[in-house]
Amino acid sequence: MIADRETTGLTIDGIRTAIAERKTTAAATASEFYARIKREDPSIGAFLTLSEDRAHAQAERIDEMVAEGRSLPPLAGVPIAVKDVMVTGDVRTTAGSKILENFIPPYDCTAVTRLEAAGAVVLGKLNCDEFAMGSSNENSAYHEVHNPRDKSRVPGGSSGGSAAAVAAEMAVATLGSDTGGSIRQPASFCGVVGLKPTYGRVSRYGLIAFASSLDHIGPIAKTVKEVALLLRTIAGRDPMDSTSAEVPVPDYVAELKKPVKGLKIGVAKEYFGEGLDPEVRSAVEAAIQKLAELGCEVVPVSLPHTEYAIPTYYIVATAEASSNLARFDGVRYGFRAPKAHTLSEMYRLSRDRGFGMEVKRRIMLGTYALSAGYYDAYYLKAQKVRTLLTRDFDEAFRKVDVIAAPTCPTPAFKLGEKVNDPLAMYLADIYTVTANLAGIPGISVPCGANHEKLPIGLQLFGRHFDEATLLRVAHAYDQARLPT
Amino acid sequence: MKVSEKDVAYVADLANLELTDEERARMLRDLNSILEYVDRLSELNTDNVEPMAHVSDRYGVDESRQGSGRFAYSIRDDVHNGLRESLPHDVAVKNAPDTDGTFFEVPKVIER
Repeated sequence: MIADRETTGLTIDGIRTAIAERKTTAAATASEFYARIKREDPSIGAFLTLSEDRAHAQAERIDEMVAEGRSLPPLAGVPIAVKDVMVTGDVRTTAGSKILENFIPPYDCTAVTRLEAAGAVVLGKLNCDEFAMGSSNENSAYHEVHNPRDKSRVPGGSSGGSAAAVAAEMAVATLGSDTGGSIRQPASFCGVVGLKPTYGRVSRYGLIAFASSLDHIGPIAKTVKEVALLLRTIAGRDPMDSTSAEVPVPDYVAELKKPVKGLKIGVAKEYFGEGLDPEVRSAVEAAIQKLAELGCEVVPVSLPHTEYAIPTYYIVATAEASSNLARFDGVRYGFRAPKAHTLSEMYRLSRDRGFGMEVKRRIMLGTYALSAGYYDAYYLKAQKVRTLLTRDFDEAFRKVDVIAAPTCPTPAFKLGEKVNDPLAMYLADIYTVTANLAGIPGISVPCGANHEKLPIGLQLFGRHFDEATLLRVAHAYDQARLPT
Repeated sequence: MKVSEKDVAYVADLANLELTDEERARMLRDLNSILEYVDRLSELNTDNVEPMAHVSDRYGVDESRQGSGRFAYSIRDDVHNGLRESLPHDVAVKNAPDTDGTFFEVPKVIER
């Protein structure tokens, strides 16, 4: 697997340098990637829409800059792709749902605008679970995604297309979204690096809302260094998102050079309990040992409310979803059922036929949790437990700089394995939802493979707005593992 | 069973969903199974715990400022620079399933 990650040398810096040195052009690079997508993707299913016109226009702009001898931006000519929950002007955006099958957004998501301003070439839109609701990508209304490491298995979800596209090298890097683990869990399953930043670090403007207090946009790439560069590009205050934070954005790439010696790494027993696959446990423990060898101090910490995270998450997330998805009513955009006689009938039939089962299930659960008589018992209760879960991290981060844990309890499972058991599917997020509830940053870094060569992910959590330290530790580990 | 068939019908109505008979049966089973799991939250005493609706309830709060001004991220100065540019009319209706070019058209609103 280590070899897999480095074989082609198709890194952000590698591509940008080759274009700057006129060994290739941005246009040729884009064409090579489209050829690769057309060759590889039929057996993977990562893409929903290709944006070839837009990509070639951007590549031409980069090639003109080269011809004019101008200095190139940091992502010049780098082929990236974005999860189909981020709107792209004049490029179809479906959120993996039939209800948006023909939706052509009139504007761009801020994160996409910032990537393109930095020179990136957007190849297309990536498959995902419908409205980012799922942990296996099997809830896409279009088609399933096969894990490039083992095509009989899921790539994880909901950003399954985003992780699979990087793993199969159909894009150098991608953007995903993470509401309960949807960047980190597929990154872990596909053997790539995925970061969920701090809540407020990256603008959500143009991200189709699932659960607004938990939704995050973040990067996926093959190395921590590339993820740091992408974060630097997309992070920072955006007047179009009032929850985006007015907090200075450090140069995350420069910060990677600082030493990790003496940093304190917390390990919580609550993340190593029942249900953790023994091979995952030993790989993660070996990774923590490696961090100790690099000079970090390993410190036990306690996160006592962890077992309540999944029930809390599935109340908060579904309550917010039931409200956010009320906008899909067949009036202003999206699918409208024909032959409805009244407005009310039109709403119902459009939503019934436009949404898939998991989306309906979550709307129902969220509506129930918010309904009169159940609000206090479910929604208010979950909000209070969210405070307790966040306090757990506050306490732990008084003692340590970063917390290490597995990303997922198991490696990638088989396609179809959990599709009829929603609760079993929800438990795949058991180690990732906590970071969304608390709003802290989390990253998944590959840390080996099991006996079937399925990738395993090491998850690291950091303090609010301290992605710099989080990335530094993740990078040190990445470097220690990778041949240079 | 916490949720009954009647509850499923009531909640579907609130959520503007119709649901087929088969979907209703599945919903009944799935909601009960999930809520049974969620019930473990009642093990925790949360009497004196503040609810957290949002991460910025706790972070991005400037304690030195008063009232809603404490929520530094979500507040901008109240200056009038004229109306912010909005979508042109033709663009705003472009994705509409039914429009006359000026308005969104919908089936009859008032039911008799």
